[in-house]
Amino acid sequence: MKVGQISIFLENKSGRLAEVTETLAKAGVNIRALSLADTADFGILRLIVDDTDKARQAMKDSGFTVSKTDVVALEVPDKPGGLSGILATLDKAAINVEYMYAFVQHSGANAIIIFRFDDPDKAARVLKDAGVRVLEPDEVYKL
Amino acid sequence: MIWNEEFETLPREAIEALQLKRLRGLVDRVYGTVPFYRERLDDSGYRPGDIRSLSDLSRLPFTTKADLRDTYPFGMFAVPMERVVRIHASSGTTGKPVVVGYTRRDIDTWAELMARTLSCGGTTKGDVVQNAYGYGLFTGGLGAHYGAEKIGAAVIPISGGNSKRQIMLMQDFGSTVITSTPSYALNLAEVMAEEGVDPSSLKLRYGLFGAEPWSEGMRKEIEKKLRIDAIDIYGLSEVIGPGVASECLETKHGLHVFEDHFIPEIIDPDTGKTLPYGEKGELVFTTITKEAFPVIRYRTRDISRLIAEPCACGRTHIRMERISGRSDDMLIIRGVNVFPSQIETVLMTVKGVEPHYQLIVTRQESLDVLEVQVEVDESVFTDAVKGLEGLARNVEREIRDVLGISCKVKLVEPKTIQRSDGKAKRIIDKREI
Repeated sequence: MKVGQISIFLENKSGRLAEVTETLAKAGVNIRALSLADTADFGILRLIVDDTDKARQAMKDSGFTVSKTDVVALEVPDKPGGLSGILATLDKAAINVEYMYAFVQHSGANAIIIFRFDDPDKAARVLKDAGVRVLEPDEVYKL
Repeated sequence: MIWNEEFETLPREAIEALQLKRLRGLVDRVYGTVPFYRERLDDSGYRPGDIRSLSDLSRLPFTTKADLRDTYPFGMFAVPMERVVRIHASSGTTGKPVVVGYTRRDIDTWAELMARTLSCGGTTKGDVVQNAYGYGLFTGGLGAHYGAEKIGAAVIPISGGNSKRQIMLMQDFGSTVITSTPSYALNLAEVMAEEGVDPSSLKLRYGLFGAEPWSEGMRKEIEKKLRIDAIDIYGLSEVIGPGVASECLETKHGLHVFEDHFIPEIIDPDTGKTLPYGEKGELVFTTITKEAFPVIRYRTRDISRLIAEPCACGRTHIRMERISGRSDDMLIIRGVNVFPSQIETVLMTVKGVEPHYQLIVTRQESLDVLEVQVEVDESVFTDAVKGLEGLARNVEREIRDVLGISCKVKLVEPKTIQRSDGKAKRIIDKREI
């Protein structure tokens, strides 16, 4: 239910992002989804990959600061109001969304969005009860 | 104008005779009243009566900033507290500051020396002196204040900061002299430009600037932008405060050290050997008239050169060249003394950062800006931006609380700050001063 995501601390300097992707390429890791949060001084690159542990180790070995976090992948109807319904459900249950980003890939007619919650277990339960499809980790890694 | 014609133009032989007499008196006095000096002098092999000529000074032990810290707060005072009328302390140190005391006579001496300094820069009793040095524990504000009053000038004790208000008072009160740090003078010029105030519409004529290192280039810029004569003055609280040495308006070349009160020496910072006049090295001062807080051979860590050639202004006191650097790693940021080790101590107390850091100093719009680059610790790294930003703000707050200066903290990746085998490259000073 919970999907593993790796986060990498990046200083804002040229070429650093390329070094990340190069390291992953060499390790044979495929990126499934990514998002970059940036401030004036640094960025945090968040990745969903096909092999989280392998990616994490490869990054560590190359001297990057890496952490692993659990996120939740949801299937969102790809139509107006699709996301809105899900957010309303979360709001009602007082669940805080720390951040979210969309998957490039589709799952049938639906979009996939990655959510980071402060309490992922509770969020997944509430969403399931509300009829939202929560993707299993293996489904996500293989997409 | 020379404030004290008699003492400032004494023939060299007379100065040296006076120095020797006063030096003997000083050494006898501290030997009897300050346990620290007694012990140091005994250890050095000194016996009372050993000072027979001025050259014997070079046999006495040095006093360092660490000595002053170790004797915190009043261990170096040479008079009982009943005779102390003022206490100042150095700014921006971790833990304990360096504390200095003054007797009533010391305050009078200081006022005299600042009267000489201000006169060196053209100030007379008809002037209106806008004193933008900070008032408080810092010696700059009150030092300049007493000197200006002694001359009989009108002092505006405005202290530092609030540039728009400074400019308003300058216009309305007709200030003719400004005393501040040189970078603050440039800042005032910039605010004037923003506010559309033409400096030539002001009555300002002279500026006396000190408390931080500056250059000839900066002098030219201040003089052009504010349309004044800019004078370099020198002092440090451990010696007395401002009023140790001053350039004269006539030559603006070298700062006259008021030698009837201080004996300057230049030493090799590595060997401690006294260097002849003209050679570059570390400035060392002995205060020969101070009562409450005298120092013997105090190592300033400032790099300069002594100029023995007579000066066109008529003063016979030796000149020291404008300070060209430091023999330690101390930084002066907006007039506040900062040692990298102090930053390190702060970083050690903050969870989540490594004590690997680099200090980058720049000058933006004529104000010093300190950036502290520090490595983020893997253990506190999360995927959230706010946690890291909070960490950076936390470090900034700690540094401000402990050192009294604001800085910008930039988190960098672990192991990216250069490690060195020997002396760590902690400072990148990009200020062009």
